[in-house]
Amino acid sequence: MNQTAIKYAREIEALFAKYPEEHRQSAVMPLLHLVHQDNSFISKHAINDIAEIVGISTTEVASVVGFYTLYHDHPEGKYRFQICTDLSCALQGADEFLRALCAALEIDPGGTTKDGLITVEEVMCLAACDKGPLFQVQGKDGISYHERQTVESAMQTVQELREQEKHE
Amino acid sequence: MSKYLLLRHLEVPDLHNIKVYVKHGGFAGLKKAVTRLQPAQVIEEVKASGLRGRGGAGFPTGLKWSFLPNNLWPHYVVANADESEPGTFKDRELLERNPFQFLEGLAIASFAVKAHDAYVYLRGEFWQQAVFLDNCIVEMQKAGYLGDKLFGTPYSLRIHTHLGAGAYICGEETALLESIEGKIGQPRLRPPFPAVEGLYSKPTVINNVETLANLPFIIENGASKFCEYGTVKSPGVKIFSLSGRVNKPGNYELPLGATFRELIFGLGGGIPNGHKIKAIMQAGASSSIILADDKALDTPMDYESVAALGAQLGSASVIVIDDSVSLDWLINKTVHFFKHESCGKCTPCREGTYWMSHLTEKVLQKDRSAEDVQLLNTVARQMQNKCLCALGEFSIMAVMTAIERFPEDFTVTNGR
Repeated sequence: MNQTAIKYAREIEALFAKYPEEHRQSAVMPLLHLVHQDNSFISKHAINDIAEIVGISTTEVASVVGFYTLYHDHPEGKYRFQICTDLSCALQGADEFLRALCAALEIDPGGTTKDGLITVEEVMCLAACDKGPLFQVQGKDGISYHERQTVESAMQTVQELREQEKHE
Repeated sequence: MSKYLLLRHLEVPDLHNIKVYVKHGGFAGLKKAVTRLQPAQVIEEVKASGLRGRGGAGFPTGLKWSFLPNNLWPHYVVANADESEPGTFKDRELLERNPFQFLEGLAIASFAVKAHDAYVYLRGEFWQQAVFLDNCIVEMQKAGYLGDKLFGTPYSLRIHTHLGAGAYICGEETALLESIEGKIGQPRLRPPFPAVEGLYSKPTVINNVETLANLPFIIENGASKFCEYGTVKSPGVKIFSLSGRVNKPGNYELPLGATFRELIFGLGGGIPNGHKIKAIMQAGASSSIILADDKALDTPMDYESVAALGAQLGSASVIVIDDSVSLDWLINKTVHFFKHESCGKCTPCREGTYWMSHLTEKVLQKDRSAEDVQLLNTVARQMQNKCLCALGEFSIMAVMTAIERFPEDFTVTNGR
């Protein structure tokens, strides 16, 4: 039973209309985004399902998951705070921001908070180099940018997500 | 006459609203192209304008279009919105605040090469911009600027968005095409070039977002009007993304040929905290680093003048480095980036970026030796002209020029 095909039947139809009929493999990345958005990672099961939907091998889908940094193949925090520490942001204090935020969350870079809600990752340039330090949040609402950040403003976002979690 | 050709939203705040865009002359260029010009005439006009690719390579746009063969169909146009070069953030602003001018440009390019499907490839991080762009496309369809029989002519066009998922290499045009096809983003061997064998093995044009945003003006007003901006060899305007140690970072639109001084000390407000300017990286992390002396600061920012300085204009993402920054630290940052983003397909880049990263870490240590610096330089030089695509070549630019032009930052007695 292909659960992914059932769950995303409508989206799959729309995706297949977007690309030429003989090139359904093009739907792989958008399908991975859908699954990642709903589960905050992509399971082996989902990889098998997607391979079947677009008609390519499981290995090909798994290699796509492994290649791109926004796809994760194991569960971590529900929300990923991805902090840019590239050159322009580093010149605006991004390395110090990363360390201080991790200290405030009592984790190491790459780690996940005890409540399982937040994972902090160090990432490459996010194309907002005039507004550092900054991070993006990858979660169930897709991806959102948080620019010109301080530890206080970032912890405010953490707090809001924790509150939101309580009500769900 | 408007102060801006591209960042027009700075004068017209709600330009991302289709009604406002139309009210300010929007889609006049597309209408003129589709109803009054032949595709070949559009190509000739763009050739005459001297417009060159604004993504970094600077290849003449009209010439690129003219390479598509007329016996292989369908043709595709792909907009490159994978903006990922450290220091570059201009396309993002256009997508958010002047999206219709970009989409109109994409439609003009599609008409010119007789394509009926166009794709916008956005980096995965531009999730919200993709959602927004999808809405803009729907609005254009409703208003008759996309879809079947544009302006009552037989020409039809559809535009689709496609999201990447975090990979700098997908800005390389053949890796980008692989990514749309649902594969890992590794560059293809060339030839064949995308103009002959591109998306789905069909003739394809790939243009940067900013490049496309120039087209409505060129078609509506003519190439000669466009050539009134910029220099003879580098006509037009450019968006300069200014970041780093500067008082007012941001995107600034200037005619090509404005000087570094005008950008950094005029619009950018100079260097903060009483520091002095030390170096300029004008093509992001891929830059050959320029020593910021008076001669460099008074150099016009156009393709030819920057090349004469032993550098390249690239995407014109100007990162300002002040005298508190040591370049051994800086190249460790840029090399770390390229090591992370190397796709792994060709050996010189995969292994070279790995070993350069190992060595820039070592060079940062207190007990570094002159041999460490020399070995780093040797690895970089051995990569030169041996990589499959530009990524590997870009990765060595900052390393080689930092060691050559700023030797004081790599001495073994440098306070260590």
